Amino acid sequence: MHDDDTLQIQRAKYPFLTETGKYLKDKSLTLEELNNPDWKPVIEKAYHRITATIAGKIYNSNLDQPDIEILSFIIAIILLKKSGIPTFSRRFSLQEARRAENYLKRDLEWKGNGSILEHVKRKGQSQQLALDILRNEFKLDVVMAEDSFKVKVTDYLKRGAHFHEREWKLVNRKVEQGLVFLSSDETVRLIRKELDELIGSKIQSINIESIPDTFQERVRDIKTLANSTLEIVTFSGEYPPCVKHGIEVLERGENLSHSGRFLLATYLLARGQTVDQIVPLFKNAPDYNERITRYQLEHISGSLGKGTKYQCPSCDKLKSENLCFAIPDCDGIINPIQFGKKRKANA
Amino acid sequence: MHEKSVAAVESALKEYYFNRFDLIHVPTRPAQREFGYQKINGGMMRHIAIKDDKELHLLLMKEIPSDVYCSNAYYSFPNLPMSEKDWKGADLIFDIDAKDLMLSCRKDHSIFKCVSCQVVTKDHLPKCAKCGSTRFESTSVTCKNCINESKKEVRKLIDILNNDLGIKNEEIEVYFSGNEGFHIRVTNQDYEQLDSQERADLADYTMFNGVMPETFGIRKQNTSKLDLPSIEEGGWRGRIARNLFSSKIKTSQTVKQIMVNGYSAFQLKLDEMRHIMGVRVDPKVTMDIHRIFRLEGSINSKSGLSKIQCNNLDSFDPFLQACLLGDDEVQIICNCPLPITLKNKKYGPYDNETVTLPKFAAVYMICKGLGNAI
Repeated sequence: MHDDDTLQIQRAKYPFLTETGKYLKDKSLTLEELNNPDWKPVIEKAYHRITATIAGKIYNSNLDQPDIEILSFIIAIILLKKSGIPTFSRRFSLQEARRAENYLKRDLEWKGNGSILEHVKRKGQSQQLALDILRNEFKLDVVMAEDSFKVKVTDYLKRGAHFHEREWKLVNRKVEQGLVFLSSDETVRLIRKELDELIGSKIQSINIESIPDTFQERVRDIKTLANSTLEIVTFSGEYPPCVKHGIEVLERGENLSHSGRFLLATYLLARGQTVDQIVPLFKNAPDYNERITRYQLEHISGSLGKGTKYQCPSCDKLKSENLCFAIPDCDGIINPIQFGKKRKANA
Repeated sequence: MHEKSVAAVESALKEYYFNRFDLIHVPTRPAQREFGYQKINGGMMRHIAIKDDKELHLLLMKEIPSDVYCSNAYYSFPNLPMSEKDWKGADLIFDIDAKDLMLSCRKDHSIFKCVSCQVVTKDHLPKCAKCGSTRFESTSVTCKNCINESKKEVRKLIDILNNDLGIKNEEIEVYFSGNEGFHIRVTNQDYEQLDSQERADLADYTMFNGVMPETFGIRKQNTSKLDLPSIEEGGWRGRIARNLFSSKIKTSQTVKQIMVNGYSAFQLKLDEMRHIMGVRVDPKVTMDIHRIFRLEGSINSKSGLSKIQCNNLDSFDPFLQACLLGDDEVQIICNCPLPITLKNKKYGPYDNETVTLPKFAAVYMICKGLGNAI
């Protein structure tokens, strides 16, 4: 395979690294030209790329046509920007990030066919490109070891310390001489959030004044889809500021951390809401999946599993997780459940 | 502290500040740090900007503070309120205190003072023999064992900083805290940027907190394939391997035992090893990125001893080298049921009696609440 082809395939895997204006200029393309019916399949591909992510799926790429892959990504972000539906943009960036994550993992531990020489060369190229992406886009310097990857302790902590699973604690990692040893999966997992943010920023920053008619049609379709699938969920009543914050994050269609979701679920369950009433609250979450949400809520409520009913976390615990947004009315309470009740007693 | 004692301690502090400017310096990048101080019986003054040694010395002479602090953090505007300071980074700090080590010697050098009638006793009684009050203040006096055990923790920490975290010796400063422990400061650009949660995880690493058997190759299922650590490995895996497998014969026996006992037993074993091998630092100090930390060279008002750098930890004797107040004779009333040793000389026990002591010993007694100036 020619080196230029390899580069083009890399661009198709990671289309968010391509600068839109420059790409169109290099290809001598304008948006007006894309109005031509010949380009309809690419616009359809872009639309499909969006609908797949809205459905919570990872879009399947066809790397045999790298140019179409890159162009469909560019058109997809234009369509999303013009639609102005933040929840869809976030679902898109999340699923596209997962897609890129899969490619980065494969590139880091490249396994292919061919002669030994060819294998060594292509493996080297593939790994080098992945390492360059990690270094240049995410400031993560990765050193390759025999059967693992090594990152600086501080680079690890800046990411891993914010994960909730115990296995990510530094003490549960192999650490030597200021370096943490990771598998390719773990290395790429470290930058998931940044990858998501990078793709999100591409949608935010794209600036296109007018779009061709063929694009307009699909923008209308996206808006219609939003009207039929997204619910505006509003809650009344006096919630403590930490719970309000969680609800606002979800209402904006932003990603709420695992602990934030756990707080909302346990708090609302404790206030007597049912799983059916709580499920719609999570509908705008970028990674929303009704089946999984229901399953998790039922677990937390104690109706599934061992029957343990999880309690709302304490104010101290929320503070340590940066989920506390205390206001004067919170004075004297040690758990969000007490918010309001105690105040009445003091009144 | 009553008025005469305040005057006596302040006089000793003034003399110290005046004579020992050579010991009291602002740390690196002073203009970016927040300073603070406390006066005896006074509140904390914070958010002070000091740009050099001269300004610091001026403040010490003017205010005669009992305790002086300086932030581990760097700010654009250190004198503004916290939300406006613009945090730029912070040295990594660790606090090792003998009182947190649960040492058996503590009961031998602790003194309890009844809050109501001031009666002093060596034993922790349920109520005061004189007035019946159940409220006591406790204090602890000089103990070499406490210092030696604290030094062991410092050595364990330095081993982890050097070998696991890649921090060089020249980036580590060890200080005697001025009372019963040690402060360790790391100045390293990479670590300086870590936030509070990241530092908490780092503290857990040094303490061996939150460890899972899987990290050492022990799984809940599929126990036939163990990925046990080897003694050549670095980090905690190597440390634990060296603890488990001291010889080849022992290795095969231990592996067999681990397999038979299973996951939960290994978790218990790790918890046991945490108590022995984990460094007992105060995690609240390490994770605090806005802390004002005792300034090196200043006096600790809990004892009248100085916070000073230990260039040779092994030979360092705080009760000699950090005992830097003057030695003119001072008369105080002293009620100390245990002897104390300062500058290689024993003082006490004293039973509520008027004694003449060198200034450093008199201030020590007053600071510990065991004496009053006349």
